[in-house]
Amino acid sequence: MKNRLLWPLLALAALLLLNLAVTPSFFALRMQDGHLYGGLVDVLKNGAPTLLIALGMTLVIATRGIDLSVGAVAAIAGAVTCVHIGASGDAGTAFAGMALALVLCAVLGLWNGLLVAGLGIQPIIATLVLMTAGRGVAMLVTEGQIVTVNNTAYRQVGAGFVVLPISILISLLVLGLVAFATRRTALGVLIEAVGVNPEASRLAGVRSRTIIWTVYVFAAVCAGIAGLMISSNVSAADANNAGLWIEMDAILAVVIGGTSLAGGRYSLTGTLLGALIIQTLTTTVYTIGVAPEVTLVFKAVVVIAVCLVQAPKARAALSFRKVAVSS
Amino acid sequence: MTALAQRVPSRFLPVLATVVLFVLTFGVGSARYEGFASGQVIANLFIDNAFLIVLAAGMTFVILSGGIDLSVGSVVALSTMVTAAGLRAGWPVPLVVLAVLVIGSTLGLLMGLVIHRFDIQPFIVTLAGMFLARGLCFVISVESVSIKNSTFRDVATAAIKLPGGVTITYNVVIALLVVVAALYVLHRTRFGRTVYAVGGSESSAMLMGLPTARAKVGVYVISGFCSALAGLLFSLYMLSGYGLHAVGMELEAIAAVVIGGTLLAGGVGYVLGGLVGVLVLGTIQTLISFQGTLSSWWTKIVIGVLLLVFIAVQRTMVRR
Repeated sequence: MKNRLLWPLLALAALLLLNLAVTPSFFALRMQDGHLYGGLVDVLKNGAPTLLIALGMTLVIATRGIDLSVGAVAAIAGAVTCVHIGASGDAGTAFAGMALALVLCAVLGLWNGLLVAGLGIQPIIATLVLMTAGRGVAMLVTEGQIVTVNNTAYRQVGAGFVVLPISILISLLVLGLVAFATRRTALGVLIEAVGVNPEASRLAGVRSRTIIWTVYVFAAVCAGIAGLMISSNVSAADANNAGLWIEMDAILAVVIGGTSLAGGRYSLTGTLLGALIIQTLTTTVYTIGVAPEVTLVFKAVVVIAVCLVQAPKARAALSFRKVAVSS
Repeated sequence: MTALAQRVPSRFLPVLATVVLFVLTFGVGSARYEGFASGQVIANLFIDNAFLIVLAAGMTFVILSGGIDLSVGSVVALSTMVTAAGLRAGWPVPLVVLAVLVIGSTLGLLMGLVIHRFDIQPFIVTLAGMFLARGLCFVISVESVSIKNSTFRDVATAAIKLPGGVTITYNVVIALLVVVAALYVLHRTRFGRTVYAVGGSESSAMLMGLPTARAKVGVYVISGFCSALAGLLFSLYMLSGYGLHAVGMELEAIAAVVIGGTLLAGGVGYVLGGLVGVLVLGTIQTLISFQGTLSSWWTKIVIGVLLLVFIAVQRTMVRR
């Protein structure tokens, strides 16, 4: 276990040190009006949506699934809330809008669960349907416009502070809840059992369909909350670009964290580290002055490196070489 | 339908269903809108979707082998970028074309090798390829680069006259040639049969002594090559290179192939199905533009719904 988290930890430390080398003030924290500011706080704040989505994705991947629709679901959540709030500055309307959006996201999760657990469609393809159609639905809700709102209560979700940014507090709270629910009850073991072999676990009395259903709903709700953060941070809903490629970031974070894509084994701490690495990587690219779009190249290199390290065949080749060198 | 089903071999039924769907959607358009059922509208279906036809042909190979290639949209974008930047730097056109095709095929080869040698899921490897290709676009230029080369512009605007006053572009000719070549490779070569065999059951294919490794890597090279070629067609169509071209095009290609009756589990499907799938998607887009009041985002929703229907039908067929 410790061994598995060692590499992500080292990678994160290396990235942070690189930042320190480029911007000496990177670790400096300062209090201003009761808010904590600094490079590290920025990483946490911007990484909150990715972390949240990655948490949902971790459980989905642990059941040997994948959810490509999270970006589209995030866009829908932002769109529904912003359209509901409209011109209102009222806190009640904001909360009603958010509740409405999250209920809708849960329904979308049920839909994904129906396709995967009910109809038995491959998860990649089943969630591809919502990934394609979801953006269309989000545009339908916003009527193709970027909807801007001016609501102080709503703004708190993504841009507010209670010493630390509220968004990261929400993500960490969800992390704590998931860790408690899966590691202090049998749920975690059941999820891993379904990931290892759905049929065998069903025969052993595990209700695998219900479990698969639950993880997709959870992933969709996480995506919804993340969508609220993204849209609230800029006080606008952009159906086209909100949460674009965030599913890829989330999958990346999960994979970096040591969760196996083959299912049956997951690490929430790993996912936390993975999400932080992704966000620090993005920030690093910004600070060293490369065009932000080029981040994609670095991410590609990271994915391949991590996959190669995880792949049994590559490991075998590496250890063979080590033995050869030592002898 | 049952009488028909008895006469046609059941393996052609999915493709036939797609053809029926195409005829139906086109029929609806012709019945509702004046001027819809014209030769030029059909020709436009090909002109506007030539690059997608090429992508779908390449994607068919990958899906037949039981894999998936998420990188195709990004490789299209990278190809437009290399084309535009190369021409801006004053490279001769043949060199640019060669460079684009070599880059696309090499990317495909690399992904195929990683997938095969290290036994990593195609999904995650091509996802990395997708990031890499998009990122490389932005390494070349963050801005959109327009193509001003006269040869390129001439080819792009040249019209080939067909009988009946219908005109098509060279793009369409190239796309149809690719489909013919794909048909030949899949059904008339050992490689093609090995691809089907690998998709049906990889271990059986290997035990039979078929060169599975070559087929598994080869399909990604073909897909990479097709994506690069589609990128060239796309740069002829758009006359610019941009890192944000063709966002989400991989989904359209996969949707076209699936709607065309190719099983995502691998081993079952036809190149022509992908072609008809593209035509169905194109007809829906045309319908929506003829309707006028419906907004373009309805296209995405309809594609999603169609994808769902076809996957569900496939599912019940496989179960039976």
